Amino acid sequence: MTRFSAVFVALAAAGALSGTALAQEGTLKKIKDTGTVTLGHRDTSIPFSYYDDKQKVVGYAMDICYKIVDAVKANLKMKKIDVKLNPVTSATRIPLMANGTIDLECGSTTNNLDRQKQVWFTITHFVTANRYVAKKSSKIKSLADLKGKTVVSTSGTTNIKWATEENAKRKLGMNIIAAKDHAEAFLTVETGRAVAFFMDDILLYSLVANSKNPSEWAIGSEAYTVEPYGIMLRKDDAAFKKVVDAAVRNLYKSGEINKIYDKWFLKPVPPKGINLNVPMSAQFKKVVANPTDSGDPKAY
Amino acid sequence: MFSGFDFDVIERSLPYLFREGMTFTLTLTAMAMTGGIVFGTLLAMARLSSAALFNVPAATYVNLMRSVPLVLVIFWFYFLVPWIGGWVFHKIYLLNPQGIGSVLVQLFGNAVKDGQTIQVGAFWSSVITFTLFEAAYYAEIMRAGIQSIARGQVSAGQALGLNYWQNMGHIVLPQAFRNMLPVLLTQTIILFQDTSLVYVLSITDFLGAAAKIAQRDGRLVEMYLFVAVVYFVVSYTLSYGVKHLQQRIAIIR
Amino acid sequence: MSYNWNWGIFWQPAPDGTGVYFGWLISGLGWTLATALMAWVIALSLGSAVGTLRTTPVAWVVRLGNAYVEVFRNVPLLVQMFLWYFVLPELLPKALGDAMKQMVPPWASFWPAVLCLGFYTSARVSEQVRAGIQSLPSGQRMAGTALGLTLPQAYRFVLLPQAFRIILPPLTSEFMNIIKNSAVALTIGLMELTARARSMQEFSFQVFEAFTAATVIYILVTLIVVFGMRWVEKRVAVPGLISAAGAPQAGH
Repeated sequence: MTRFSAVFVALAAAGALSGTALAQEGTLKKIKDTGTVTLGHRDTSIPFSYYDDKQKVVGYAMDICYKIVDAVKANLKMKKIDVKLNPVTSATRIPLMANGTIDLECGSTTNNLDRQKQVWFTITHFVTANRYVAKKSSKIKSLADLKGKTVVSTSGTTNIKWATEENAKRKLGMNIIAAKDHAEAFLTVETGRAVAFFMDDILLYSLVANSKNPSEWAIGSEAYTVEPYGIMLRKDDAAFKKVVDAAVRNLYKSGEINKIYDKWFLKPVPPKGINLNVPMSAQFKKVVANPTDSGDPKAY
Repeated sequence: MFSGFDFDVIERSLPYLFREGMTFTLTLTAMAMTGGIVFGTLLAMARLSSAALFNVPAATYVNLMRSVPLVLVIFWFYFLVPWIGGWVFHKIYLLNPQGIGSVLVQLFGNAVKDGQTIQVGAFWSSVITFTLFEAAYYAEIMRAGIQSIARGQVSAGQALGLNYWQNMGHIVLPQAFRNMLPVLLTQTIILFQDTSLVYVLSITDFLGAAAKIAQRDGRLVEMYLFVAVVYFVVSYTLSYGVKHLQQRIAIIR
Repeated sequence: MSYNWNWGIFWQPAPDGTGVYFGWLISGLGWTLATALMAWVIALSLGSAVGTLRTTPVAWVVRLGNAYVEVFRNVPLLVQMFLWYFVLPELLPKALGDAMKQMVPPWASFWPAVLCLGFYTSARVSEQVRAGIQSLPSGQRMAGTALGLTLPQAYRFVLLPQAFRIILPPLTSEFMNIIKNSAVALTIGLMELTARARSMQEFSFQVFEAFTAATVIYILVTLIVVFGMRWVEKRVAVPGLISAAGAPQAGH
């Protein structure tokens, strides 16, 4: 047993890390020192952050992030900032932000009060809602029809948490599968392993639009929750947040956001050149007029 | 049976699969092998030392790594390395701010000076993970290799006035490596296959690249079969080579 | 920012309303063990059969056995997992494939995981069995047949009983491997121990507590198996026969 007792010593040593030794200092200083910024990006969050047909990372959130990087560059009076890209999943994005692997997470992350205990968000860049998608042939009309059925959602998302809690609360007896990313979850329904996929409706629209046969899919009519998306940054980094917030606010005030929005939601986008045709919602127009970083759905 | 299949998808994505994916896989394998064998050899030497100061931590480390699934270790390190690295390097920096401390600041930035987490990207995180994990397996192989050298050789070295490191470096390790070469290489083939597990972090290794194409184009069957064939061909060829090497070494010995 | 430790997290209610997070980990352990044990049944029976066949004097049988081992050894476990889960149902007749896919979770991922781990490990077990049989002096087989035993009888009464006792230590480590390898099944959605720890992390944000707990559980399982098997090894040891332990081997 003695050799294993040392393991516990090691674990106790890890406990010592909780001290102030690792107090994170400003991301701005880090960017200035290293000349680089690391953006966390997604695989298949179309059209926010995903790989296009040439396997380059593109998307609405990526464009906003590059604008933020420009603003940071101006603020720090730097000639050049190297942008490094690091892939994240719904499950890894929060720990990777906390441990400093990424500086900004550019994707489709819901800003909520629960997550604000771990990370901070800049001003909301999209407002969506939690719904499900199912094949028309499965004749699912409401949550009640999903009773006892197998459903899927992406692991680490607010959607799977909502589905898990709702399942317990309403005693629906659904079997919930956790998929690694949105494409895998969608595939789970496409191949008949699950009947419905709970996700933010905007992501569902893009998945359906890019699927082999868009007409066989139906998205549920009821929106269950309001999901404001925000770009993540490290908690308690007020100086960085100020610069980032100002950058996003400028995008909104100058109207530049409309151009970026149109590019990704009202024009054909890669990989298949499909036009999602989703005009700006009233909720998001309100955010553009009065920028907010609130994690409370009632604010939208 | 394959009538509905689109094998064209493989041809279209070949450059991406190999230029991005396979390059990552092979680089990771090569670096983790080098690091793993070096660290593993040190671990083996520590484990065979009679001083508890060395053999207890080494044995603990090897046994710990060997009782935990690689997938769990991959998650652990991806999340933990920046914290541990920042903490350890900060302590080293405080001990010697001018010398090695300044080198660390050069390498990892001012985070070392300020005691912050250091930034470790997906690639380096994987290299560290696989190096440290596979070292535990290489260590056991090297331990057996070192033990296979007759005691008399070590004694003879000592009689000639060689110290521990000279004895190890000139007499024991060269023979141990030679005797263990086939097993070390077989372990490396396993390492090559194991690197596919970085898939869980969405990193673009060979499998990760194929999975991305497979999911984007809805061509799972074609892509995963192709991936299996490629891994098989590479691993089988390598293990065939190892078998020949083994026979050659056996004859010389 | 420093990490907020919260070791009390294990006793806080999990969001699925079934109890506390600690219960999640225990249920994960249950699936890990169930998967490993079921797969071990396949691995041991198939592995013994293939390993035995590879020591017979029939050349084509030996070649077939070798091919079997090469196929399962030279494709990464994760890729094999995907083949069983994603590819196999598409290659089968549609009705059968659909039936596989529509099994109620966790069975839809449990059975592919069991088959995958079982076949994968069977190749490794067969290597051990073959080595065990071949380590016996060839005089044993000859003596058996000279006594009038048929070849199957010689295997049944002379060779296999000894071989299995010799290879008990390497088989123990194969069993440990199957427990650890079952974590790969999280990629096809099986909520085993590592998957549970990961989802506990996602819901509670307590990364290091969740992974520490899983690590400690894996270590405890290892200790139990190692000490248990050591006891068994002592009970069944053949006096005068050296066990096959200590031979350096690549793997995990």
